Parts: sequence; C-alpha cells; structure tokens
Amino acid sequence: MTSQIFRAGARVLMPLLLLFAVFLLLRGHNQPGGGFVAGLVSAAAFALYAMAFGTERARRALQVEPLTLLGAGLLIALGSGLPAVLRGGPFMTAVWADGLGTPLVFDVGVCLVVTGVVLMMIFSLAEEP
Amino acid sequence: MTLLLLILSPFALALPAAWLVRRAPRAAGLLALWPALLVVALAAELRGVLASGPRLIERAWAPSLGLTLSINLDALGLIFALLITGIGTLVVLYASRYLDGHPQAGPFFAMLFAFMGAMLGVALSDNLLTLFVFWELTGFTSFLLIGFDHEQAGSRAAAIQALIVTGAGGLALLAAGVLAALAAGTTSLSALAASGHVLAAHPAGAWIAALVLLAAFTKSAQTPFHFWLPNAMAAPTPVSAYLHSATMVKAGVYLIARTSPALAGTAIWMPAVTSVGALTMIVGTYRAVQETDLKRILAYSTVGALGILTMLLGVGTEAAVVAALVYLLAHAGYKGALFLVAGAVDHETGTRDVTMLGGLRRAMPRTAIAGGLAALSMAGVPLTLGFVGKDAAYEALLHGGTPWFTALLALLVAASVLMGLAGLLAGVGPFAGQHIAIPHPSGGADHAADAGNGPVYAAAPDGPAHAGHAGAPHEPAWAMWAPPLLLASLGLAAGLAPALLNGAVSSAATAVLGRPAPVELAIWHGVTPALGLSLITLAGVYGAWFARGAIGRSAWHPGLGFERIYTGALAALDATSRVIAPPLHSASLRSYVMAIVLTSIVVGGVALTMSSGIQAVAPEVHVLTYEALIVVIIISGALAATLAKSTMAAVLSLGAVGYGVALTFLEFGAPDLAMTQFSVETLTVVIYVLVFRHFRALGALSPRLVRLRDASIAIGIGTLIATLVLAVATFDTSDTLREYFVEHAAPLGHGLNVVNVILVDFRGFDTLGEITVLSTAAIGVRALLLLASAGRRENAHARKEAKP
Repeated sequence: MTSQIFRAGARVLMPLLLLFAVFLLLRGHNQPGGGFVAGLVSAAAFALYAMAFGTERARRALQVEPLTLLGAGLLIALGSGLPAVLRGGPFMTAVWADGLGTPLVFDVGVCLVVTGVVLMMIFSLAEEP
Repeated sequence: MTLLLLILSPFALALPAAWLVRRAPRAAGLLALWPALLVVALAAELRGVLASGPRLIERAWAPSLGLTLSINLDALGLIFALLITGIGTLVVLYASRYLDGHPQAGPFFAMLFAFMGAMLGVALSDNLLTLFVFWELTGFTSFLLIGFDHEQAGSRAAAIQALIVTGAGGLALLAAGVLAALAAGTTSLSALAASGHVLAAHPAGAWIAALVLLAAFTKSAQTPFHFWLPNAMAAPTPVSAYLHSATMVKAGVYLIARTSPALAGTAIWMPAVTSVGALTMIVGTYRAVQETDLKRILAYSTVGALGILTMLLGVGTEAAVVAALVYLLAHAGYKGALFLVAGAVDHETGTRDVTMLGGLRRAMPRTAIAGGLAALSMAGVPLTLGFVGKDAAYEALLHGGTPWFTALLALLVAASVLMGLAGLLAGVGPFAGQHIAIPHPSGGADHAADAGNGPVYAAAPDGPAHAGHAGAPHEPAWAMWAPPLLLASLGLAAGLAPALLNGAVSSAATAVLGRPAPVELAIWHGVTPALGLSLITLAGVYGAWFARGAIGRSAWHPGLGFERIYTGALAALDATSRVIAPPLHSASLRSYVMAIVLTSIVVGGVALTMSSGIQAVAPEVHVLTYEALIVVIIISGALAATLAKSTMAAVLSLGAVGYGVALTFLEFGAPDLAMTQFSVETLTVVIYVLVFRHFRALGALSPRLVRLRDASIAIGIGTLIATLVLAVATFDTSDTLREYFVEHAAPLGHGLNVVNVILVDFRGFDTLGEITVLSTAAIGVRALLLLASAGRRENAHARKEAKP
C-alpha cells in the first residue's frame, strides 16, 4: 500500500469523502442519505487514509480517540431526547424550530457512533502485529 | 412533596458523600447531620399521623407499568423509618471514626447512604412492586457492604451468599406482587389491607402467602435460610450493626407485619410463621452461646431475636403484635449498641475472641457502660425496654389458650435464657474479670477461622483502619463510644417510661391487625404469671452466666447443615455447567455459525412445508439485459468466492456479490439501502483483509468431506432464503403501517425521506438502542484484541525467560 499514486489519491479523496459525508448527513432527512451512511462514509475516509499512510497518521488526523467519538455520539443522541422532556413531553419526542429539529441532532449522534465503531474496529485490527 | 424528596434524599447524598469523605476525611462525621435531620422530619410526621391518622402521598413513576411511587405514612412505616434514620445517624457518626483513614471510606459512605434510601423505600412504600424494587436495592447494597473487604475471598463468598439467598426471596416477592395484582386487582398495600380477606379467600391466596413468606424468611434470616447472616459478619462492624441487626434483616419481619391484614387469613400463615419463627429462635439462641467470636455471638442472637419476632407476628393476637413491636424496638436498641461496642473492642484490642478478652472496664469505661446497659436490656432485666418487650411476649403467649401456644411459651422462656446469656457474653464478658494481656494479634482473622464449625467463612479483619494498632487498649474517640452509649441509654429510658411508646405502638399495631389496638405498657403490671416467668428467666440467665464455660463447650452442635445444602447446590450447578458448557461453547466460530444455520434450515423448512398458504410463484417480470448482467455478476462472484484458492480472492469475490446486491437495491428503488450497502461492503472488505492476513491459506483448511458438508449446508440455507423471498412476494402486504409512515413523514416528521424519518424520529428509540448495541460490540472487539495481544506478549515473554 505504499504506491505513490494511491497516497496522492488518498490525500485528495479523504477530504472529499468527509465533505460527502457531511452532505449525506444534512440532506438525509429529505433525500437519500442520513446519519448511518454518513458515518460509514466518513469512516471509509479515515480507513483509506490509514491504508495509505498508516494508522498512526490516521489517528492523528482524526484528532480524537474513536472511543471518544463513540461516547460523544451516544451522549448527543441521548441528549437529543431531552428537550422534549424539558417541555413536558415524553422522552425523544421531536422538537422542531425553523426547519431544524432534534432528529437532526440525533442523526449527528448516529453518524459519530457509526464512525467511532468502524474506526475502532479497523484501527485495532490494523494495529495487530 | 417535600417529605417525599426527603425520604429519597439519601440516594442523592450517596455520591456527594463519597466525594466529601475523599476530600476531607475528618469531616465524615458531619454526614450524620443529614439522617439526623430526617429523624426530626419523620418524628414530626409521626406526631401528625398519631393525631390525625395515616396519609398517602402518590406520584406517578412509570405509569405505563402501573408503578406509582406511593408513600404510605402510617405509624408502622414511620417507626421503621425512624429506626433507619436514627440508628443510621449513629452508625454514620461511628463509622466516621471506625473507618478513619481507610482508603475505601468514600465508597463506603456512598453505599451506606444508598442503603439508607433503599431501606426507607421499603419501610414507606405503599405499592408492593415499588417495595420490591427497594427491597432488591437493600439486598444489592448489602451485597456491596458485606463484600467491602473485597480482596478477602471470605468477604466475597459471604457477600455472594447473602445476595443469592435474599435475592431468591426477592424474586418470590415479585411473583407474589404479580399474583396479588391479578387476584385482587391492586398492588397497593393499604388497599390490600383494607380489602380484608379478598386475597386470603382467593384460590391463589396460599401461593401468595407462601411467596411473601419465602421473601420474608430469607431476608430475616429465618431457619433454614439463617446461615447467611453469621457469614455476613465479614462486613465492617458498623454495617453489621446497621444492616444485619437493626434494620435490613427486620425488613422480612416488617413485610410479615405489613401483609398480615391481607394474608393472615390463609390456612398456611399461622402454622408456618409460628413454627419457622420458633425453630429460628431456638437455633439462633443456641448457636449464639456456643460462638466465641463477638460478632458471631451477636449475629446468631440476632437470628434468634428475628425468630421471636416472626413467631409473635405469626401468633397474631393483639397482645402478640404489640409484644412484637416493643420487642423489635428494644432489640434494635440493644443489639445495635452491642455491635458498636464489639466494634470498639475489636478496634482497640485487635481481637473479637471472647476467650481472649477480659477486664477492659478500666481501659474503656464508657464503652463498658454502654455494653453493660445493652446486655441488661437484652437479658430482660426490669426497668429496661428489653424487659417490657419480653414481659409483653410472655403475657401474649400465656393468654393464647391453645397447647401450641403453651409449647411456644416454654420454648420462648428457654430461648430468652440463652439470649440473656449471649447478651452478657458480648456486652459484659470483655469488660468483666481479670484483664487478659493480648499477645498483639495482627488482626481479627486468625481467631475467626476457628470460631465456628462447618463451612464457615473466616470473618476478615475490618480493614487497615486498626491494623497498625499498637499499645494498650484505651477508650476510643467519642464518636465511637457515644453512639452505643446513647442507644443503650435510650433502652433504659424507654424501659423506665414505657408509656411514652403507647401511642405509636398502638397506632402501628392497628396497621398490622386491621383493627384498633389499645396499648398500655407499664413497668409494673402487678404480680402476674408473666412476672413469674420473667423471674425464672433471670434466674436462668444468672445461673447460665456461671456455667457459661460448660455451655459454650457443649458438644452437641446442631449440624442441620442448611449451609451445606446451599454449597452443595452451587457445586452441583458448577458441575453441570462443566459438563454442558464445553460442547456448546466450543470457541469455534464455524461451529456456532453451523449451529445457527442448521437450526434455521430445520425450523424454517418445517414452517414452510407445514403452511399451505404459501405459493412460491414467481411474479411476472420483464428482465432487462443489464439486470440480467447484475445477476450474472452476483452468481459468478459467489461461485468465485467458493472456488477461490487465496483468501484475498475470496474476499474480493464476496465484495463483488455485495456490490451486485447493492445495484439491485438501486435498480428497484431503494437508494438509501443501496448506498448503505455499498459503504458496508467496502468497509467489510477492508476489515476482512485486515483479519485474513493472519490466517493460513484457504486450501489447507478443511478436508474434502468437511467441505462437502459445508457446501450442502450452504445450499440448504440458500434454498430456504430463496424460497422465503419468493413466498414473501406473494404475501398480502397492504398493511396500514407503511401507509401511515408515508402519509405522516412530511407533516409530522418534517422530512421527505421516509426511511430516515422512521430511523431518527418515528423509531428513534429503536435506533438509540441499536447504536448502543453497536458501541458495545465495538468495545468488545477492542477488548478481545487487547486481551489477545496481551496474551501474545506474555507468551513471548515466557519464551524469552525459558531461553536463558
């Protein structure tokens, strides 16, 4: 996996893939996309980077531990259910304002969890001696 | 509402308490202020209840489950709550010194407060199911506290034993709650009590009674379940005083009292409760006087006292219930005090062996006074509350009228003599007589190992708090002598003016009996047969004190061996799993997958052939050329995967299959699914490659026969799935769910992508569960890989060591 072409390609593709993931996440509510597939695509971006430059650099590019990503995602998803409780409704009832709503927040949580899960597995496996 | 919050406040205090004790260990004693405040609030409430009757506070908890957080404030519950908070105050104060400097003191106080909250919940819950929740919480916190010295195997075993025994009873309580809800239509204890004999007359009444009693007997350490309580002495002494003497073990007695208005009418109630109680009373007091470890003496005598309480509640006459309540109050006072005294003695001398203790009255005068006063109350010497309670019990059984009650009375007198002796052994023995120089034991462990017989868990030393104790024993800090002295003095005060208790005891007895019960407690009832029996008892105790050596050595140990049944049952379970587990749990992924697939083939195949309504008719389709091409890709990919000679080729072929499937999704109008499938396929190939680089070449894996078998299994499941898919196509799928989602996605979910709206909104709760499962799985993968690499490192290390 040390081909120059692959590395150069990975360098260009990775930000594009991440951008695509954000695109999928945001449009997911109205068109094909959503948090789950966005998470898979962003994980694929980092997996690609790891294959080209090694997991160490991929981890550095990720900035945070996959485990942190996973925990943050779960907390965000859980937290998106709370505004409804504060307004006296049942947990996880959607709350909307100006086209933005708690389901989108929930989707962000899903995206982070999926990214974290996949990267945790791929990084751990790749770092196996 | 404020009161409800106050009752639940110990839970909220648990974590801050741990934090405070960690930050400022010297300030731990201040924590006692909170339960003291609760005492004041609950006492004020009791005054109100005595004046204007009980009241009920209700709040919805989980309405969909029919769970309400309903608090029944009546005298019976409040008396218990006052015991819990009152003795809790003293125990917290005591523990602040007892565990001074212990590294785990923070968690200890957290557990203690959590227990306090749970116990208040048990005492005040009006809903049987809510009571069950709190009941289990007391068992769980008790488990943690018994296992406080978790580095000692004995502590762990004792904790697990208590959890299993009382936990089994807890499950019985849940079953009883469910049955009661079905039979009477309510789980409210006050409603059940008011309904009179509805439950007792119901066909399931006997079952409900039996299950409730099973819960009560395990919790209150009744024979044959009593063995867990002496073993629970592995807990630090403040815990023994609090949980395993004054409060938690009385929860079973409380449950009997609380449910007797509804269940005492069942045929099994009276015989079962009185005979189990009487047996426990004899076993407990008899074993108590044979022990030489202070805490085990007290533990067995607690078993005996719980037996007496149970027996009196089983007798169930007005006088017996009143006697039980007074006895309960007296016992909580003197036994709590004696445990705290025992802890102080252990703390100062490093031993709890009564044969090695003596003459400490000069070194520890205040502790000695506390121990002496408590022992007098336990022996039932006049002018103590213990006397009032015992006198009332004699009185109640004297007027029972039947030969059975007379027999119980005779047993009670004998048990009271032994009980008195046990009190003197624990409360007076260490302080009386000649001072015995203790050859500096390192802790309480060595003597405890031989303190009992049978499979005994060595009572471990309570922790390093007093491990480094050196020099002659002296009076401990005030926080350790004042609480037992106060408890013991309260017993004396109440004994001098028992009429103070009339109102509360009468009101509580009313709750147990379901009819008004006037109470007139007094020091002097005139010359009555009960007084005569009391004098006989005292004479017996006096005589037994001088014969204590001989009694202690008495050779006949009632080797009832209930604990052996327990250990035997556990061993049998272990043995069974050792036989069953290896074939089921072969650690070979291939055989797991094979088992799952074979089961699916058999179950699915049988279901398909049995149902006649399925017609696997291929719907009319016009296959386009490129669609056929996709099918060709999928089929050739699958064939290539099975025939591949290298793992990499197999993985890539499987990837081609996946992409082909994704293309069909795209073709037939499921772009979301297709996108996800593409991503998943890509990442799966990456993961496969990462995993398979560790594997051997494919060809070397299995012999021809195995491959044939695998091929036939694969063909089987393939056929099944294909048939299923065709069958599903012929099903009538005009259900309303799909239409609902399509119709409401935009107006309710503010989204046009119905699939996504379902995932994040309509079914968001499911998704939350799913991502939690995903996270757990990922953490599991990481942990397994870490374990594996740690194992490899160890092996490599070992090899290096072996090769010098």
